[in-house]
Amino acid sequence: MSLLEVKNVCKTYDSGAAVLQDINFTIGKKQCVGLVGESGCGKSTLARCLLNIEPIDRGSIVLGGTPLHNKKERSLRPYRRHIQAVLQNPSAALNPKLKIIDSLMDPYLQFGEQTELKHFRYTNKQDFASQLLEAVELPAELADRYPHELSGGQKQRVTIARAISIEPAIIILDEPTSSLDVLSQASVLRLLDGLREQLGLSYLFISHDLAAVHMMSQHMMVMRDGVIVDQFDKEELFAADRHPYTQELISMFE
Amino acid sequence: MEIAHAISTSSNRRLWKTAALLCMLILPLAAVLYAFLVLKYDPALVNLTERLLPVSLEHPLGTDHLGRDVLTRLLHGFKQTVGYGLIALLAAVVIGVPIGLLAGFKGGLTDRILMRIADAFLSFPDTIVAIVLAGLLGAGIENLLLAIVVVKWVSYARLARSTVLTERRKDYIMMARINGVRTGRIMTKHLFPHIIGHVLVLASLDLGKIILLISSLSYIGLGAQPPAPEWGAMLNEARPYFHSNASLMISPGLMIVFVVLLSNLLGDYLRDTFDVKKEVQS
Repeated sequence: MSLLEVKNVCKTYDSGAAVLQDINFTIGKKQCVGLVGESGCGKSTLARCLLNIEPIDRGSIVLGGTPLHNKKERSLRPYRRHIQAVLQNPSAALNPKLKIIDSLMDPYLQFGEQTELKHFRYTNKQDFASQLLEAVELPAELADRYPHELSGGQKQRVTIARAISIEPAIIILDEPTSSLDVLSQASVLRLLDGLREQLGLSYLFISHDLAAVHMMSQHMMVMRDGVIVDQFDKEELFAADRHPYTQELISMFE
Repeated sequence: MEIAHAISTSSNRRLWKTAALLCMLILPLAAVLYAFLVLKYDPALVNLTERLLPVSLEHPLGTDHLGRDVLTRLLHGFKQTVGYGLIALLAAVVIGVPIGLLAGFKGGLTDRILMRIADAFLSFPDTIVAIVLAGLLGAGIENLLLAIVVVKWVSYARLARSTVLTERRKDYIMMARINGVRTGRIMTKHLFPHIIGHVLVLASLDLGKIILLISSLSYIGLGAQPPAPEWGAMLNEARPYFHSNASLMISPGLMIVFVVLLSNLLGDYLRDTFDVKKEVQS
């Protein structure tokens, strides 16, 4: 049984340019699906559509049996707890005027009451924040700092902690490592992989980095100019019948 | 070297500013304590046997044409002029900031309607509005305050709106939506902290202007009415005695200058403290 079902999703900008054309894919429970493509190919637009930040023109997005696309914000809110996100630039994703703990607590303050958490236990704000920071391998005392006092890698871990705080079904990872240095990249990827196992999460891992996607995902998709040109299981990446564009991407990494 | 020098002079200047501010705050406090603990006059107490007395220990600034103690009246005037100024300012902020937040965050039609209303209000000069309101509703401090609020809320709405417009496209607002934060809470928790600094700076600069407005309109009889110890009204009352007792006009005039200056210094100080450049660096 698939968790997220995306069918025939199309989106055109007001200017008339098509950004997404007939996107189809499914993500299963506890599965990581990777999406590779050059910048500007529509990956981030797809992410925003899945997160219902932008409307879609046609098609359907169904999460756990509930259609989510083009819902009004009010009726959508209860479902936001199941689909969370980690974005490319952690400095922009944290409000510079708020302490880490206040940013961290946002999802729980909205959804905590309707939610039975399996891995975290809420007793008080401070303690809950410590558990979250511990889960992403950060010291608990960072809770009372401001974002500008943290490194890029630390900030990205904070946004990951925020995304997992209500134990969603799926997290959209939109280029989660591309603004980090190489060492932080590797450790953040390892952390994400570990959290998926530990919390039973599903990921849509979006990146231009073929190697990272290959390492993280069980299933892979290749996107070019708003079209998914190739879909295959991880093991088939080097198969001879891969789409020419996929082979081009592979050759760039060799 | 040059950089070190620049830093030390700028921090020196800052130190001087802080010291000047502190002095200006301590001075009136001392005067207030003296007047209320030692002198204990009623600012409206008429005593014709003691009219137009010169400076003495009992009357540090003399008495006016009705024998009222000038220092006491000046200090009660603080409550009047500055107090009313603060009330008008607070009302303008409380009305303007939420409207600006809403206009900036909702955008579209809401934004256009609210901002056109604001433009309409902005097109009236504040003095004209005050005079018209005085004509319609009668002269008095309440109507003057109303006029000030009617004119001043617009700048706070615009300030809040422009800040929201730059912030609302940022990722953290999108993340707040993804995290299920309600619109009202996004405004209060995420956007308000970005606005408050700018609002404080503008408000402290505005306070001076509002005090000038209250005083000048009271002077021409459209604001506080005698015997209220409002500085502008006191200036007006002292006018006939200007040649014999110039201090009656000079002292409330100096008070106005002093408070307006203080408000401007405070505004500069706050602007330096909430320096936008600092945030960019960090």
